[in-house]
Amino acid sequence: MSTKGKVKGIIANLVIVEVDGPVSQNEICYINHRGVKLMAEVIRIGSNNAYIQVFESTRGLKTETEVEFTGHMLEATLGPGILSKNFDGLQHDLDKMEGIFLQKGDYTHPLEVEKLWAFKPLANVGDKVEAGSWLGEVIENWIPHKIMVPFTFPGSFTVKEVSSVGEYKIYDTIATLENVNGKLIEVNMVQKWPVKIPIRTYKEKPRPFDFLETGIRVIDSLNPIVEGGTGFIPGPFGTGKTVLQHALSKQAEADMIIIAACGERANEVVEIFSEFPELDDPRTGRKLMERTTIIANTSNMPVAAREASVYTAMTIAEYYRSMGLKILLLADSTSRWAQALREMSNRMEELPGPDAFPMDLPAIISNFYARAGFVYLNNNETGSVTFIGTVSPAGGNLKEPVTEATKKAARCFYSLSQNRADSKRYPAIDAVDSYSKYLEYPEFIEFVSKTVSPNWVDNILKAKNILIRGHEAYEQINILGDDGVPIEYHQVFWKSEIIDFVILQQDAFDKVDASTPIERQKYMMDKVLEVNNTSFKFENFEEVNPYFKRIINVFRQMNYSEFQSEQFIKFENELKEIIEEKAVVEVEQI
Amino acid sequence: METTAFQKIYTRIDQITKATCSLRASGIGNEEMALVNDRLAQVVKIEGDLVTLQIFSGTEGIPTNAEVVFLGHAPQLAVSEELSGRFFNAYGQAIDGGPEVEGKLVEIGGPSVNPVRRKQPSELIATGIAGIDLNNTLVTGQKIPFFADPDQPYNQVMAMVALRAKADKIILGGMGITNDDYLFFKNVFENAGAIDRIISFVNTTENPPVERLLVPDMALTAAEYFAAEKNQSVLVLLTDMTLYADALSIVSNRMDQIPSKDSMPGSLYSDLAKLYEKAVQFPNGGSITIIAVTTLSGGDITHAIPDNTGYITEGQLFLRKDTDIGKVIIDPFRSLSRLKQLVIGKKTREDHPQVMNTAIRLYADAANAKTKIENGFDLTDYDKRTMSFAKEYSEKLLAIDINIEIDTMIDTAWGLFNKYFSHAETGIKAELVDKYGKIENELNKTI
Ligand SMILES: Nc1ncnc2c1ncn2[C@@H]1O[C@H](COP(=O)(O)OP(=O)(O)OP(=O)(O)O)[C@@H](O)[C@H]1O
Ligand SMILES: [Mg+2]
Repeated sequence: MSTKGKVKGIIANLVIVEVDGPVSQNEICYINHRGVKLMAEVIRIGSNNAYIQVFESTRGLKTETEVEFTGHMLEATLGPGILSKNFDGLQHDLDKMEGIFLQKGDYTHPLEVEKLWAFKPLANVGDKVEAGSWLGEVIENWIPHKIMVPFTFPGSFTVKEVSSVGEYKIYDTIATLENVNGKLIEVNMVQKWPVKIPIRTYKEKPRPFDFLETGIRVIDSLNPIVEGGTGFIPGPFGTGKTVLQHALSKQAEADMIIIAACGERANEVVEIFSEFPELDDPRTGRKLMERTTIIANTSNMPVAAREASVYTAMTIAEYYRSMGLKILLLADSTSRWAQALREMSNRMEELPGPDAFPMDLPAIISNFYARAGFVYLNNNETGSVTFIGTVSPAGGNLKEPVTEATKKAARCFYSLSQNRADSKRYPAIDAVDSYSKYLEYPEFIEFVSKTVSPNWVDNILKAKNILIRGHEAYEQINILGDDGVPIEYHQVFWKSEIIDFVILQQDAFDKVDASTPIERQKYMMDKVLEVNNTSFKFENFEEVNPYFKRIINVFRQMNYSEFQSEQFIKFENELKEIIEEKAVVEVEQI
Repeated sequence: METTAFQKIYTRIDQITKATCSLRASGIGNEEMALVNDRLAQVVKIEGDLVTLQIFSGTEGIPTNAEVVFLGHAPQLAVSEELSGRFFNAYGQAIDGGPEVEGKLVEIGGPSVNPVRRKQPSELIATGIAGIDLNNTLVTGQKIPFFADPDQPYNQVMAMVALRAKADKIILGGMGITNDDYLFFKNVFENAGAIDRIISFVNTTENPPVERLLVPDMALTAAEYFAAEKNQSVLVLLTDMTLYADALSIVSNRMDQIPSKDSMPGSLYSDLAKLYEKAVQFPNGGSITIIAVTTLSGGDITHAIPDNTGYITEGQLFLRKDTDIGKVIIDPFRSLSRLKQLVIGKKTREDHPQVMNTAIRLYADAANAKTKIENGFDLTDYDKRTMSFAKEYSEKLLAIDINIEIDTMIDTAWGLFNKYFSHAETGIKAELVDKYGKIENELNKTI
């Protein structure tokens, strides 16, 4: 018999329930409020009382209301049909809900119960299998969606029966397994998994090394991220976190994109809803929505479900990773999730840590980031979850608990600068402050030198160095005045501006410039470094600025033109002419 | 809100604090309204049979034997066409001497719109002010505040924007505004012959501050009625949200909650987001647009109130006095409309985005040149040109007293580019320069 309880206290969405039996931490329960079931999660237990956070508004709730406990934690429902869906933070299908306004307790099924899927068996009778083994597959949009032995199944099993090619519904049995004790267990296409627990049905999780192309120059060409890597994007409001994440979701080289809209604006999700079904995936030519799943807990949706939303998203990502796919998970903004934890912790009158956040915030964040990664599955296939979260630091000050904790957990740091955003230098990533720890991984260096170019990493270091020197020259010019420094300083500064304007800055709203394939990035970086290696002769400093502006202007016209198009080549020739005007031709040394 | 017969009257209060009182009662719903000696109050906490009520006008003089009556519902508003042209207090009670509004009773602060049922905003709101239309174009369904120091004429600008934006209804939520400001709004709307389109919920400095907490929800509930049920485009004006947030901090402080940054409650982000997210474009054509005011202290936008607001709203309009031209301008650096890309270059001319960005970049160059002067350095020819450009740009486009069409704004900017810069210096796409950049006007005489 399941445990029941009665409401004894209500403080906003924290509800105290007197229980009549055993309850467990993080158990899900339902409050029976005037015929509507309100979902809630146990977050603390004390003697006969369970403290539950309700995933809904508690307006009108009264004491003595009945509560039913389910005996399980918050679970994701995993099976074909997740792709292209719009879920709320608890994985309810938003499209199935009635009416314009969200109704309390309108909990819809995440999958399509009646839909027929074309199934193909992958396992044979007699095969030894374990949790995560592939039993069969169905084609979901275009992804071969593996039907796996449920992750919760302990030990090893023998396949007794597996369905033949045919059309099945998700709850139809597609295989029968026998465990070591000879017990037969039927398996269908759906399984459940508690979202707060990582899915670990893989053989090995090595350090990631495989370059993940994003089409964003300041990332790929300066602070590259890897498949299975982690990164975070802190920045004051309005500096471009969301635009950057949307660009990543459109362009990154991944099989599946999961976007967790976590406590941010509803209109931003609407942008995805309305644009992605129309936009083409540059790699497959299919619509972007076909590879995208959205988990939306926007800022006006119940706060308690915010924390759940990122875990739901991560669990779905891990599920698809187990099929041998490359997943990119984006969460905007992880600060809102931390704030939700803070609200609840304050309501429970826990001893607060820095800025009133819960004491264990750093541990929560690093455990979450640790779920990303590149894995070798038990069948030696590979899969990955790359995770990039945004952080919204209070007052734009990076010395705050969420940023600091995330910095310890994530390997790439894409710092957005207010100054760059103010002067419309988009994307406003500060290329010098930002870093990618993967540049220090020998396995990554080896990988890119084989797959991209032998001097890719060298060029990155060169470009960064030029930026740093340019910045120093700029400061000197500011201190000593235009004519108080050697002309050379002006050159150093303007050469760094070329990198800034041509490589770093990228117009996310221009058809051509928005995404730069790696070949083109390589080409442009070589060109830019070539100009940087050229010495120019100037009579006075006043010549420097207009001259480099011309160079930058032609470079930018190149960025706006289709790669290697007639126009592109025309601008390239123009560039050559401008450079020859003032280049000092070096006598070749013997 | 009256008591009806048969309601149970409680007369024993256990505890009284500055803002709340607690009593033993049963069968009470969370967030339910009550009357404590005729003062309106709301349930904020229930522990066993101990119910805590927040009394909006404060607990001064409340005795332990006060009469408490629970009303059985959360705060509500009667909605109907009769709201038009009327003035109400924070509780939704008429303050203009007119009759009570008859209509459907709805609880304020109701449920959110399902995000998949929203439509992407796409209707441009033209205000005639270039600092807005050219640089920070507004769209219906958007939420955006003015960030302004208290001495800026934000209420005037807001009233002007409201009247020029062709909205079906304008709903004013006044929080802690002075009586003079209240009368100002009333006069402007009356003089513009717009009073039938206006609905106001006002809490002035003469009313208790905690009452303010009801104002935005009242205004937005009325807005939802007209937008969702009557398919109208509704513009909601909320002034001053800083005073609203101050009231939130008063309450949380009196309830002994742990404050986070700047003594604001830890839930400030959620509290503000719940209001601002009511801005929406409905699929049936109705929309709610929110224009708010967040006053700053000494221009500090890192303070928790503007900071959290910035993270919620779709941009902000920054008012600043430009001492070079002696006028208030919409600062192009700190201002931003996040939704502008939904309309600029699409509903407006294709050169709009590049022209806008270029002008702002050149304006930034002028700011750098100014720093050079401050540091005692000579200016280059380019520096001098940017400074002249900046002054003219400020006068002809940034000042809030501009009232022109968007095409004229774009042409004016081209005129300034041609007057002061070469094409290489502006760096605009060659095809746009060919198509629009060679316009003939009195400024288009290249130097
Ligand atoms: N790459 C870009 N190209 C052009 N404009 C950009 C770019 N990135 C950002 N912007 C501009 O900056 C605005 C704000 O960007 P965005 O919404 O991504 O900020 P944010 O950091 O997510 O802010 P918040 O923390 O408030 O959510 C955009 O609406 C757009 O006008
Ligand atoms: Mg954002």
